[in-house]
Amino acid sequence: MLIKRPPDIPTSEITDERLFWRRRDFLGAMAGALALHLVPRLPQQGEKLTSFEDITTYNNFYEFGTDKKDPSRHAHTLRPRPWSVRVEGEIKKPKVYDVDEVIRRYPAQERVYRLRCVEAWSMVIPWLGFPLASLLRDVEPTSNAKFVAFTTLHDPEQMPGQKRGVLPWPYVEGLRLDEAMHPLTLLVHGLYGKPLPNQNGAPLRLVVPWKYGFKSIKSIVRIRLVREQPPTTWSMSAPNEYGFYSNVNPDVDHPRWSQKRERRIGELRRRLTLPFNGYADQVASLYTGMDLRRTF
Amino acid sequence: MNRRGWLQAGVVALGLVPLAWLAADAFGDRLGANPIEEITHRTGDWTIRFLLATLAVTPLRRLTGWNWLIKFRRTIGLIAFSYATVHFLIYIGLDQGFAFAYIGEDIAKRPYITVGFTAFVFLIPLAITSTQGWVRRLGGKRWNALHRLVYVSAAGGVLHYLWLVKGDQVTPVYYAAVLVLLLALRIRRSPSAARPVEQRVDLLADASRGAQIGGEPLHRPDARVQP
Ligand code: HEM
Repeated sequence: MLIKRPPDIPTSEITDERLFWRRRDFLGAMAGALALHLVPRLPQQGEKLTSFEDITTYNNFYEFGTDKKDPSRHAHTLRPRPWSVRVEGEIKKPKVYDVDEVIRRYPAQERVYRLRCVEAWSMVIPWLGFPLASLLRDVEPTSNAKFVAFTTLHDPEQMPGQKRGVLPWPYVEGLRLDEAMHPLTLLVHGLYGKPLPNQNGAPLRLVVPWKYGFKSIKSIVRIRLVREQPPTTWSMSAPNEYGFYSNVNPDVDHPRWSQKRERRIGELRRRLTLPFNGYADQVASLYTGMDLRRTF
Repeated sequence: MNRRGWLQAGVVALGLVPLAWLAADAFGDRLGANPIEEITHRTGDWTIRFLLATLAVTPLRRLTGWNWLIKFRRTIGLIAFSYATVHFLIYIGLDQGFAFAYIGEDIAKRPYITVGFTAFVFLIPLAITSTQGWVRRLGGKRWNALHRLVYVSAAGGVLHYLWLVKGDQVTPVYYAAVLVLLLALRIRRSPSAARPVEQRVDLLADASRGAQIGGEPLHRPDARVQP
């Protein structure tokens, strides 16, 4: 397909990031639409991509320190290659993958998603990855598999933040199997068309755009299919503040701050937070019959 | 200006350094991805630091015998109040965008905002009555009693910090320890039957130099507390 640039764009703007990415987004959308009919485009009118700089210098990744700037400063100690990911549990084909094998095997898609942190800030990020469902289907879950449990690397030499007991290490997260199989749920290995920077969870991380950011676990070494709802780090650390589901929900405030509004990084005024972070059309049906105020 | 005037101006200038630094970083676009949060955090940090510095003046004066320190206590207190005011106004204007419905809800429902707000409100009468006129109008005893509210503010400030952090409590715990230490130094020094003789003598010596037994040393324009 030929993409023509409008003739009135001056040369100075040819490398404009937004234009570049609108093109990428379009290509990604075309590729994805063939496979899924479901690829989210740039979220809404008036929503812009967050800059690469902000995405890579403002991170919550306590394995490298608790300040937002710590991960970009300290994550150089992480060695994302060689890296293996163990897929195990209630599946017919357990396997230890080399991360590059996974990346080669599943065609990369570009997806522009909102990321909403539980701390009431948000970003718009062009991820590069593939649906977790593709990998899960290949390992053939048994009928016992009801949940998926994820584990981050535990190595205080590579992740110096783990020398302090701020959280119980290693970081663990989980999804219900239907959430994990949902086409919006991604395994991600890049952003802005580049390999995932260490501070963003290299070499392989989860992205679940309708849940608060802490559900999207980083630097994954193990994916285990299980029968019971697995423990998750933040809900172990503060059960009354963080639930297993943690769907973005403006009607359920965190006990210490309101979730009704959020600050989009790069913007001055707060904007209203959308139910399921704006993905309600695609995911709300996963939760019919559940009281999301109680199972938050 | 006399020597004391210059020294006061020097303390004020030092107190404004972090604010100038913040302004320079803001104009130089060095506040990172979330500038409003960065400003809130830095002004909050300096509020608690200057509040604790205010409380440290008297124990330090007693430990070192440098009575002239007392002249700067009120100045440092007012610097703390200034940072608290900036911190509060940034929250109201930039963070919340003057959305008073949300602000009211925050103050009522979020414990960390409730105690922060209380701490700030308690500082207001202290700032207002910080003038010589008010010392005279209220009289030393009542003025001192009123100004003990600063402990409530400092404790509220520390609690505010403890409650707002997510996961990592190290820094607020460190401030809490400083506050407890400063309080302990005070309590040890307040008059009580159990006071050892030598300390009583020490205290009388203090008093003869102008300190007041049983409370805050008076801060008078004629500055009876001389080095
Ligand atoms: C004496 C009064 C106060 C003191 C000593 C104080 C101190 C602090 C400190 C030390 C921080 C944390 C800075 C950091 O993380 O580096 C902070 C954060 C904050 N304060 Fe205050 N504060 C006071 C009053 C207030 C008031 C009145 C409000 C609003 C009504 C307020 C709202 C906030 C907010 C919104 C944050 C940031 C919270 C977050 O990032 O989650 N503070 N304050």
